[in-house]
Amino acid sequence: MMCIEETNLHESREEMESLILDDSSNGQSHSGAKLAPNHDDPLLSSSSSFMDPQNPNSISILSSHASFNAFLDPPSYAEAIFTSFDSSSNGHDQTPLFSSSSSNPRGSDYLQISVSDPQKEQELSNSLVPGGTTYYTYLITTRTSLPEFGGSGSEFSVRRRFKDVVTLSDRLSESYRGFFIPLRPDKSVVESQVMAKQEFVEQRRVSLEKYLRRLAAHPVIRRSEELRVFLEAKGKLPLPKSVDVASRVIDGAARLPRQLLGEEAIDVNEVAQPAKGGRDLLRMFRELKQAVSNDWGSAKPVVVEEDKWFLEKKEKLMEFEQELSNVSQQAESLVKAQQDMGETMGELGLAFVKLTKFETEEAVFDSQRERAGDMKNVATAAVKSSRLYRELNGQTVKHLEKLHEYLGIMLAVNNAFSDRSSALLTVQTLSSDLASLHLKIEKLEAASAKIFGGDRSRLRRIEELKETVRATEDAKICAVREYERIKENIRSELERHDKERHDDFMSMLRGFVVNQAGYAEKMANVWETLAEETNAYVKDGS
Amino acid sequence: MISTNRTLSASSQSPRSPSSQPPYLSVSVTDPVKLGNGVQAYISYRVITKTNFPEYQGPEKIVIRRYSDFVWLRDRLFEKYKGIFIPPLPEKSAVEKFRFSAEFIEMRRQALDIFVNRIASHHALQQSEDLRTFLQADEETMERLRAHETGIFKKPSDLMQIFKDVQSKVSDVVLGKEKPVEESDPEYEKLKHYIFELENHLAEAQKHAYRLVKRHRELGQSLSDFGKAVKLLGACEGNSLGKAFSELGAKSETLSVKLQKEAHQLLMNFEEPLKDYVRAVQSIKATITERANAFRRQCELTETIKLKEINLNKLSLIRSDKVGEAEMEYNELKAESEEATRLFESIVRLMNEELVHFQERKTLDMGIAFNEFARGQARLANGIADAWRSLLPKLEACSST
Repeated sequence: MMCIEETNLHESREEMESLILDDSSNGQSHSGAKLAPNHDDPLLSSSSSFMDPQNPNSISILSSHASFNAFLDPPSYAEAIFTSFDSSSNGHDQTPLFSSSSSNPRGSDYLQISVSDPQKEQELSNSLVPGGTTYYTYLITTRTSLPEFGGSGSEFSVRRRFKDVVTLSDRLSESYRGFFIPLRPDKSVVESQVMAKQEFVEQRRVSLEKYLRRLAAHPVIRRSEELRVFLEAKGKLPLPKSVDVASRVIDGAARLPRQLLGEEAIDVNEVAQPAKGGRDLLRMFRELKQAVSNDWGSAKPVVVEEDKWFLEKKEKLMEFEQELSNVSQQAESLVKAQQDMGETMGELGLAFVKLTKFETEEAVFDSQRERAGDMKNVATAAVKSSRLYRELNGQTVKHLEKLHEYLGIMLAVNNAFSDRSSALLTVQTLSSDLASLHLKIEKLEAASAKIFGGDRSRLRRIEELKETVRATEDAKICAVREYERIKENIRSELERHDKERHDDFMSMLRGFVVNQAGYAEKMANVWETLAEETNAYVKDGS
Repeated sequence: MISTNRTLSASSQSPRSPSSQPPYLSVSVTDPVKLGNGVQAYISYRVITKTNFPEYQGPEKIVIRRYSDFVWLRDRLFEKYKGIFIPPLPEKSAVEKFRFSAEFIEMRRQALDIFVNRIASHHALQQSEDLRTFLQADEETMERLRAHETGIFKKPSDLMQIFKDVQSKVSDVVLGKEKPVEESDPEYEKLKHYIFELENHLAEAQKHAYRLVKRHRELGQSLSDFGKAVKLLGACEGNSLGKAFSELGAKSETLSVKLQKEAHQLLMNFEEPLKDYVRAVQSIKATITERANAFRRQCELTETIKLKEINLNKLSLIRSDKVGEAEMEYNELKAESEEATRLFESIVRLMNEELVHFQERKTLDMGIAFNEFARGQARLANGIADAWRSLLPKLEACSST
């Protein structure tokens, strides 16, 4: 019987959770367990619970599984849900990346990362502000079997702060141009002021973990020196910080006159890098000029596209991103609508619980008692249905999160394409440099030829320019090589990305559909029970 | 349209005559038509009566009626049949823009049909002359009667005022301002408390039922939007994944339609019956008021008679020539008092009978409504499960290519 007397009739979700509803098909009473928070041990929570049916967090799923079991004919998709999502259905932050190679615990190449234990530390300040500021550090724990980390099954931890993550991200962007490098978490300056400190720190911890795991899942990046150093090197992060543009500009400006005069030797490889920051002010100016001459009135450097393949690819990707963004938005609306449905159904159930209690207490006639019994059945069905909607929605979010993730990936793709553009711009700038150098030499030679016996200062100048031409040609060869390298990176990344996207989306669709079908089946059972319980009224045919 | 052939139970069967048939009176309210313009616009209904009652003109009659005619009927019955729970009417819609949506019109028509049929199948109410007028009179007559409307239920605020009077009388008693003019029957007190509480509980259930209808519509809409967006994404993708997206999008749109349908069913077959239940309880509250009025009147008359009796005795003692007049007054009052007592007692008796029927009837009505609710939800859930299930083999085909 429904334990009405024990039922608290406050209109809150917690109260609804504690309603003890009888499942007539199964003697045990099922009290909806509250979703328990994450365990303390980050490593355990991230790896072992994936397939662990003993995980106490899945009680609510398991016992409702048991109680509905009686209705289900095997096999049904409702079963399928529970076997594949049992322990990850309880609000755990499981990133879907665990399906990729980084989490094969028995494999030869796993790289597992966890972020935990945020701690406040004092900034040892030599700045203008007395007293110093505080910042948070996070414990980065790595478990890996990769050889470069010192052999199989090693585990180690370091402490890092957010600035270190920014450094890592910057270094990777520079070293791996053309790759689809996962984007690092935002600096979130506004949020850090507005949110409660604890919440913000926790949010950051979660996003850092997601970021590092994504890096670990990338087949090329995971082997990078930058990542290894970040994960392994004790103490201060030994990666050069990205210098702020102002000082770089000043630094670069000092060298400007010497470059103009042609006195400074040009480091060929340096030339091949894009003219970012102040390091090469001169080239930056020239690249801008190049850009202007290519495209009237546009502020951004525009590149003359010579590669149709890339142009087409880029357009398609942009279109894809647009539609993906759209779907992601609609998915959010869908999730909200499901949530609302569940809530209202729950409130309806609660209203009927109150009615049942009322009619039972005040009953004078048998017809009232009968009606109270019917209302109790309605309440039971409504509350069960409400819980099912809530679970359905939890799963739906997990599946459709993929969409949002791929929006992030599209940003990384965009960055790679930008790398290509700027590399091409470098090549074109150097070509244009060469062209103008050759022109100068021609003019000087022509002028010098007119003077009988030669013009010593002009001849000297011609030799210097020829020297510059040789250096510039070498630089251009490097730049072209870099450009081709980037293009090749993009090509192979696109191939990898296409395949992964195909697999990920197919599994997302499948998961979504199985989820919907399974829960719809369960709900049908709930309502069919109520229909049977009230069938007598229809057969009577008043 | 509910049963149009409500035959009477335990009625006299005429023996062996050629047209031998149990007496029946069945009514249907159909064909709503919008007439008039702008603010003056209203809906008219065809009311079809089929009967073999001798008091009626012929076996079938069709008249045209509008909402205020129904209100007239309800008010007349309330006046004449005190103690009986008069079937409730759907509310007059205050909000202009909702007034003439197709759904609103259908809901109102259904509610009016139920209203008239409940009257026609009530053993006492069906004998009403006003009912006969309503079902048979021509439009002009009806219009004239409507114009002379002096009914109690002019506005909901009038009803509020009556209740407030009752409540203030009670508080007066508590404050010791007046002699108690409320019944002191504990069972009746319990009943009153029950009715008032019941209304609150039912109103809440109905509110959530209405919201549930909205949620169905919203979910349907979002599934439709989601489906469209997914289809566009599929067009972008091309190849097998694109096909998978397209199939999913199409399926999503199909389900959207199912949800809209179910929303409508839910409104008509679950939310409306709950609303009807609330109205019925409100009607009972009106009867409670009538009973309180009758009781008060009876008490007042009893008091007045006592005074008159004392006065009469005084006058007869001093052999005043006013005795005759006083005696006549006294006798008049006595008759009135007896009438008032009879009325009050009949109200009490009727209420008790009505209450039994009411509880039984409501258990039945709710049972049917719950059943409809359950079936609708099961139908929807099964439809959803089938639709998604049917998509899976297609997805398998796409992923293997």
